[in-house]
Amino acid sequence: MNTVRQLDRVVIRFAGDSGDGMQLTGDRFTAETAKLGNDLSTLPNYPAEIRAPAGTLPGVSSFQIHFADTDILTPGDQPEVLIAMNPAALKANLRDLKSGGTIVVNTDEFTKRNLTKVGYDDNPLEDGSLDDYQVHPVALASLTIAALADFDVSKKDAERSKNMFALGLVSWMYSRPTEATEDFLRAKFKSKPAIAEANIAALKAGWNYGETAEAFAVRFEIPPAKLAAGTYRNITGNTALAWGITASGVASGLPVFLGAYPITPASDILHELSKHKRFGVTTVQAEDEIAAVGAALGASYGGALGVTTSSGPGIALKSETISLAVSLELPLVVVDVQRAGPSTGMPTKTEQADLVMAMFGRHGEAPIAVLAPQSPSDCFDIMLEAARIALTYRTPVMVLSDGYIANGAEPWKLPELSDLPDLSVEFATEMNAVDAKGEEIFLPFQRDPETLARPWAVPGTPGLQHRIGGIEKADGTGDISYDPVNHDHMVRTRAAKIAGVEVPDLEVDDPTGDANVLVLGWGSTWGPIGAAVRALREKGVSIARAHLRYLNPMPRNTGRVLERYDKVVVPEMNLGQLALLLRGGFPGTDVVGYNKVRGLPFTSNELTDALEEVIKNG
Amino acid sequence: MADAVKLDAPKLKAKDFKSSQEVRWCPGCGDYAILAAVQSFLPELGLERENIAFVSGIGCSSRFPYYLNTYGLHSIHGRAPAIATGLAVSRPDLSVWVVTGDGDALSIGGNHLIHALRRNVNLKILLFNNRIYGLTKGQYSPTSEPGKLTKSSPVGSVDAPFNPLSLALGSEATFVARTLDSDRAHLHEVLRAAAEHEGSAFVEIYQNCPIFNDGAFEVLKNPDTRDESLIRLRDGEPIRFGDKVVVQSGYGLQVKDAAEVDESEVVVHKADVDDPAYAFALSRLSGVALDHTPIGVFRSVKRPTYDKGVRSQVDEASAGVDRKEALDRLLHAGDTWTVL
Ligand SMILES: Cc1ncc(C[n+]2csc(CCOP(=O)(O)OP(=O)(O)O)c2C)c(N)n1
Ligand code: SF4
Ligand SMILES: [Mg+2]
Repeated sequence: MNTVRQLDRVVIRFAGDSGDGMQLTGDRFTAETAKLGNDLSTLPNYPAEIRAPAGTLPGVSSFQIHFADTDILTPGDQPEVLIAMNPAALKANLRDLKSGGTIVVNTDEFTKRNLTKVGYDDNPLEDGSLDDYQVHPVALASLTIAALADFDVSKKDAERSKNMFALGLVSWMYSRPTEATEDFLRAKFKSKPAIAEANIAALKAGWNYGETAEAFAVRFEIPPAKLAAGTYRNITGNTALAWGITASGVASGLPVFLGAYPITPASDILHELSKHKRFGVTTVQAEDEIAAVGAALGASYGGALGVTTSSGPGIALKSETISLAVSLELPLVVVDVQRAGPSTGMPTKTEQADLVMAMFGRHGEAPIAVLAPQSPSDCFDIMLEAARIALTYRTPVMVLSDGYIANGAEPWKLPELSDLPDLSVEFATEMNAVDAKGEEIFLPFQRDPETLARPWAVPGTPGLQHRIGGIEKADGTGDISYDPVNHDHMVRTRAAKIAGVEVPDLEVDDPTGDANVLVLGWGSTWGPIGAAVRALREKGVSIARAHLRYLNPMPRNTGRVLERYDKVVVPEMNLGQLALLLRGGFPGTDVVGYNKVRGLPFTSNELTDALEEVIKNG
Repeated sequence: MADAVKLDAPKLKAKDFKSSQEVRWCPGCGDYAILAAVQSFLPELGLERENIAFVSGIGCSSRFPYYLNTYGLHSIHGRAPAIATGLAVSRPDLSVWVVTGDGDALSIGGNHLIHALRRNVNLKILLFNNRIYGLTKGQYSPTSEPGKLTKSSPVGSVDAPFNPLSLALGSEATFVARTLDSDRAHLHEVLRAAAEHEGSAFVEIYQNCPIFNDGAFEVLKNPDTRDESLIRLRDGEPIRFGDKVVVQSGYGLQVKDAAEVDESEVVVHKADVDDPAYAFALSRLSGVALDHTPIGVFRSVKRPTYDKGVRSQVDEASAGVDRKEALDRLLHAGDTWTVL
């Protein structure tokens, strides 16, 4: 009889060769965990090469999941459990594993040849180097092949099901139900029922192995978390972004037009939206990023919600067209899923180093609104906000996501669609002024006094034919103008329009009210900062926190919030870009940067230490 | 928004297409003649003015939209075909025209031009070729002749030029034509053929820039030389000009003295020949010196248009869909769970 032990949280990492199906295994384990009601957060880690040679270190693909009986904020700093499908997976991930952690290892792959391939002189399973860990050697491949001996599948296909054997075993270890995975496999291999049944049998064999093999004396239970009532699903940032774009079309009643050129890690947004034609979403895979944003702007000119999605190198190419959109004053949503740069940098790794480019990376005075989602599910809400601002103020809006948010996943409490904002717009249909002769005329740059937005008169509207362009326009008429005073006025008016964009106040979380230090983040650092703040408070340390989702304009109360604290710590995955903006915008603030650019999200432990250090040193 | 460009002719005149903006090209610029020709042609489209949109890049030629009382967008250097693609795809009810220059279309915007043509987006692209950068005051362009002396090539340009029509044909263009700023009737005829074409129509218009490249097309205009240089292509008719004819030769076409060849050998022009090699051979008759220069419609073939293809996928998928309900279903599809 096995003992059952209760845990409040655990971090598991599945690691194997890119051909081992680790992402699928992780996804299924995540779905099972979500169904049980744990809160969770996940992070995949893909190899940089598409088809790195099998069994090598560059070919290792992994998937980490953190789940708990309370709400959690990150995929976890260090795994406590590692599933290693081959020597490369062990080698690449061992240093991350907590000491004393558990390793389930596929012994079938630990051949002399495979060990040499990754630079192991001796077999780590035998040379005592893993003595600090609890190692479970399991012949995953041969056990799977044996279990499928009576099935009508080739030996190769049987061997391929070993990831399901592993999933079954880990599901047993952590008391996860497997029924949904069985249904999933039947649906996935609908046209190959024999393969489906073999995978299901492998899954069950793994489960039974856990139950019967004496090696596994303990199994664990993690009770459900107390989450707010509602229906949940698991979602990645890129999917949430795509759905947010789709929802913006529904909420505005406008056709959505996406112009995009493939680039990691933004391509999945294009892929997802290409499936959403039923919502009136048009996707154009353009010849380059300049054409992508150009086509989106052309569609906006015609009355659609124009959107373009890319990553740093592509955003740089779009710069001139975004300035044109600033000058034309047309709605445009630009998504930058940031990755490690400069240049190609590390495309599959995360970074936050495009903030200053988003703010200022254009010619002339060309201010735009800049927003950043703080978590995968927040991408949905931030897109609706981006659409609201673009449509209300007739301006480009930049959304700064990043690789961590894009591929990471978390449970998302599904919104009630009755709560969807009303983003409907009024196109101009009539003359809006009278000329000196008393005749009715249309002034394409006559502004709404509240928002400073100009009328959006789309081609096809009778009587409102007008010409717009990138040349400076006379206020009101929009006619070409080189008048110095007019130019000064137009530059200031465009700036005032963006400065006046309505955004919600910055919320400060300062439960004790006596904190001297505020930690202020933006974008994907929200999770790790939150976990660090929680850890500090558990130790009795007072600290305040706030997170900027609106970077331009910043919330109206930002200055007042900053003033209240002696020090403001700003952790960023760059060399201090928000810090630069804060020092310029709020010169009285003592800004302390915490900066790392390793292509990896912050761990909550390092942030806890860094914040404590600042607080201690007063 | 209507499904297609409507053709119930409102009774408009050339003057109805004049905007209030003062035209600001240099005196004698070929752009004036093209503007007048376009203004006099536009009523023929049979469209209300609001259903016509002109999109341009940057250059003297790209100022064009300001002078037309239609919708107009003067964009950025080279990008007009991309911007117009977004407009044409999302607005089937509009007649969308692109005005561009030799620098705009062939230098900075070369990529967008070839991709618009290969996709066959329903755009009418008018390339004003003056073989010079006009707006930036006279540097050599990708159509300037080798050896050209300009401010940026004081001892002669060493650039090999593009033949714009060869380029368009190589880009899978379905409609390719050439005309001259000074020949109103011919311009009119070519514009009409371009407008009637479904898909990308590429029209090269030889345009004189009296300031920086005066007389670039003089050989085609001067009564002393034009008969020997200008070839007027007419569908279904043998290709003859002056006392010359065009015949097949080896893998291409060749100009010969009419007296030397039998009538039956003279090539009869057909713009709808499927194989682009014929139109390509025609485009190669003239070199940088414009020695034997055909004008007219080189090629006009049918191929499905990009914008229609994109729209029909969206229309088919979205017909009768309650979008809010579909969004609710999307959000709830797959693995969900409920917390009570
Ligand atoms: C990005 C960018 N680069 C350069 C320029 C400067 N520029 C404006 S027009 C032009 C060339 C125009 O030549 P062409 O397209 O032949 O038009 P033309 O003036 O001869 O009609 C150049 C280089 C610009 N406006 N934008
Ligand atoms: S510079 Fe040449 S092309 Fe430009 S307006 Fe003057 S004459 Fe025309
Ligand atoms: Mg030119």
